[in-house]
Amino acid sequence: MTQRLFFLLPLLIFAVLAGYFLWGLSPDRDPQALPSAMIDRPTPEFDLPPVPGLPQPGLASADLAQGEVVMVNFFASWCVPCRAEHPYLTELAERSGVPLYGINHRDKPEAAVAWLEELGNPYRRIGADSGRGAVEWGVSGVPETFILDGEGRIRYHHRGPLVGDLIEKEVEPMLRALRP
Amino acid sequence: MRALAVVLALLIGMPAVALEPDEILPDPVLEQRARELSKEIRCVVCQNESIDSSNADIAREVRLLVRERLVAGDSDQQVLDYLVARYGDFVLLRPPVKPGTYLLWFGPGIVLLFGLAAVFFFFRRQRAAATGAASLSAEEEARLARLLDDPDAAQNNQPTAPAEPKERR
Amino acid sequence: MIAELGHFALILALLTALVQGSLPMIGAARGDAAWMALARPAAVLQLVLVALAFAALTYLYVVSDFTVINVAENSHSAKPMLYKVTGVWGNHEGSMLLWILILALFGSMVALFGANLPPSLRARVLGVQAWIGIGFLLFTLLTSNPFLRVFPAPADGRDLNPLLQDPGLAFHPPMLYAGYVGFSMAFSFAIAALIEGKLDAAWARWVRPWTLLAWVFLTGGIALGSWWAYYELGWGGWWFWDPVENVSFMPWLLGTALLHSAIVVEKRDALKVWTVLLAILTFSLSLIGTFIVRSGLLTSVHAFATDPERGLFILILLLITIGGSLLLFALRAPVLKPGGLFAPISREGGMVINNLFLAAACATVLLGTLYPLFLEAVDGSKVSVGPPFFNATFVPLMVPLIFFMALGPLMPWKRADLAGVFARLKLAALGALAAAGLTLYLREGWPVLPAAAMGLAAWLFVASLVEWGGRIKLFRAPLSDSWRRARSLPRAAHGMTLAHAGMAIAVAGMIGASVWNLEEVRNLRPGESMQVAGYDYRFDGVEQIEGPNYLADRARFTVTREGRPVAVLTPEKRLYPVQNMPTTEAAIHTTGVSDLYAVIGDSDGRGGWTVRIFHEPLVPWIWLGCLVMVLGGLVSLSDRRLRIGAPKRAKARPDAAQEPIPA
Repeated sequence: MTQRLFFLLPLLIFAVLAGYFLWGLSPDRDPQALPSAMIDRPTPEFDLPPVPGLPQPGLASADLAQGEVVMVNFFASWCVPCRAEHPYLTELAERSGVPLYGINHRDKPEAAVAWLEELGNPYRRIGADSGRGAVEWGVSGVPETFILDGEGRIRYHHRGPLVGDLIEKEVEPMLRALRP
Repeated sequence: MRALAVVLALLIGMPAVALEPDEILPDPVLEQRARELSKEIRCVVCQNESIDSSNADIAREVRLLVRERLVAGDSDQQVLDYLVARYGDFVLLRPPVKPGTYLLWFGPGIVLLFGLAAVFFFFRRQRAAATGAASLSAEEEARLARLLDDPDAAQNNQPTAPAEPKERR
Repeated sequence: MIAELGHFALILALLTALVQGSLPMIGAARGDAAWMALARPAAVLQLVLVALAFAALTYLYVVSDFTVINVAENSHSAKPMLYKVTGVWGNHEGSMLLWILILALFGSMVALFGANLPPSLRARVLGVQAWIGIGFLLFTLLTSNPFLRVFPAPADGRDLNPLLQDPGLAFHPPMLYAGYVGFSMAFSFAIAALIEGKLDAAWARWVRPWTLLAWVFLTGGIALGSWWAYYELGWGGWWFWDPVENVSFMPWLLGTALLHSAIVVEKRDALKVWTVLLAILTFSLSLIGTFIVRSGLLTSVHAFATDPERGLFILILLLITIGGSLLLFALRAPVLKPGGLFAPISREGGMVINNLFLAAACATVLLGTLYPLFLEAVDGSKVSVGPPFFNATFVPLMVPLIFFMALGPLMPWKRADLAGVFARLKLAALGALAAAGLTLYLREGWPVLPAAAMGLAAWLFVASLVEWGGRIKLFRAPLSDSWRRARSLPRAAHGMTLAHAGMAIAVAGMIGASVWNLEEVRNLRPGESMQVAGYDYRFDGVEQIEGPNYLADRARFTVTREGRPVAVLTPEKRLYPVQNMPTTEAAIHTTGVSDLYAVIGDSDGRGGWTVRIFHEPLVPWIWLGCLVMVLGGLVSLSDRRLRIGAPKRAKARPDAAQEPIPA
């Protein structure tokens, strides 16, 4: 009997392997997706100057833990998905009243100004980030969005554009939970 | 050998240069440490590339950061910890040893031990088969006889004429 | 018209394969000679039809028929003719067609040269081959048809990825596929043996040359790919433990194990069950490799257009082929009678050790390659398993393997005297010490580990030569006598010596490349110089040149050593306008013991250029070693006994006193 099992072993191992393969092919899985390591961590220490030519002040860690839930959005004028995300973000900020802070990532100031003039500017504060800011936040690309609670703790982190039903399914429930 | 898939489709990783001259630290010892460390850090937007060989913007940013922290006196481990705190274990090309990776790290050893055990039992069974002569078939008897004969022959031949073993080679 | 002809030929090939896969199998089960005999003409017809389809696609590429999607997406009218032809397999669909062509080629070789095979075995082998062919023909026709038209046709094509427009890469895929597909022969023989419930020395004698042929191709293919990465990617690296590299390396590791265990089956009628399992697993890993590469399951440097539908199709193929054959193994392997007995310390025992370490190494690569997927499935977390992991786990498994590799060939069959073996290895030990000492002497900083590693390589190299020298009584008998002995020695014996020595050379190269390679990055203006590893590189400047389908900046470096001219290096930075893609063309000068390697980067706009100079000690030996290994395989293949195939089958077990054929 044990000998039989021995001969079955390769088949069993392959069956397990095939199970993983099947799981790996499922359309819901994005092989490129990178989970966030920032959830439930306090905001990193940072201090970003304002973007020249914009009226909004810059952004620093001190602005975040003010007892209020806020959203922080990394964006750039050269980033195509940011353009797609922009109207959703604007609408969300207006509707919910949650302060939206922007971090302008590796951008030319004049390009950022023109971009915001064209599309509208929903941000209360905008920090200009030469690149290091993104690393401090564990950001891998733009756009990425964070939701922080009143103590400045990161509660939600999304990589990629916040569009479609993501807002309804993930962002709004999170905001409701944080602001009873 | 990365060619196979390249053949099959579009290659995203550009064959371009990575480390730029302006990033290099003046202190060669520190620079050497930075380079070694860079090979352990994955460029998070690339596919299995270290920041040392990637030309992505973020890879450059992390390379600069690594150097800054080393200059500031961080140990290699502190630099890695800093990055893991922000990007998770994903950023390490050498996965940390922890419960989730026990199988990865100890798997090769387990496979080897399992194989050694299998080899051990294989030879033990063979010996059992050879000694349990009573129940052997005629053919097996003959084979056993040959096997038992052989060592003597080998011993007589081997040490004196090692260059020419018994078999015609 | 030509496209439709090719498409039609492919469909006919599928129908032929269906006949080849069914009737001869039934005939073999019933003992019907006429039905079994169908397999041979069917296999040849299948080859003719697939070759026709392949020729049709090649023609479409040569004449740049952009009404065919595949041609439009992967070719361009201005592309040099060589790359028009090699572009046929420079894409997913075309490469599948090449896969099928090579499979049909192997099948028809059994049909044409397998006259001395027992009819039922031949019918079953060809039947199994046909089923593999059916799977891939269906896959190609249903999900990856290269003959589809596009309307309206574009004015010109999108061109082949410039990185692939390279002679080294042009011939890499065919060799690699010939390796992968070549292992299907051992697989088919294993399945046929399981169905027949009979496996003997004669079986091993048929399997060995096919396995050896596949191994030669795979070794060559991997080496070619690695060489290409080395000179084309401009990183100075030659192996990256990327998933796509790993999936070609795994069949190589198991195929090498199979090569050795098949010898034990042939010579000693032992290790039969294990050999059958190895034959199944080796080909299974080739298939899994194809799956991983084409399904987008894992992220690799080569992100490619992935299609979940294709992935699912191949997965189903895997389930049927691998699952089915392993099920057959579980059911039928216990039927195979255990064979010859041997002591742990013996030639057979040496092969067992070889198999143990190769299999463990293969398992390590598999584990490392797939672990990110496992962990993600289990708890959603992501890890990266990169070169540091593989260096830490794979290398320790190779050390004992190489150590024992020196011992194995010196041990006689059945029972060996370890003391006697070590007595014959005195010279090898001396060689190892010399190499280690030389390393310590030449390199600063007392590099103990690299010195030990170089000693190990020398140990294997000298031991291989000692074994060969012992056989021909070199320096023990008059040279003329040794010459006579060398000539009468089986070619396979020479082949083994070459293969093992080649391995030692390649290992030395790998050690040198990983321990002592130097990289200097500098910003230079024309006229300035930099010094790397004792060589002076003077940057003479950059000129713009125009290639057939690219523009390039070509830099010129004059390399001197202590004032004496060594070489002129002209690395290029090319831009292929059709795909708007830059490539780097490294310039390499090899001195035989090291490579001088120059890459030109970007201009800083103020007259300076980023210059990258690598000094790569011993790197050329990696490919030299692979070449010697391939040569060893070819010499072995030319052995009369392997070429002729099996002798009379009735003589069940060749006596141990017969010629041992090492691989």
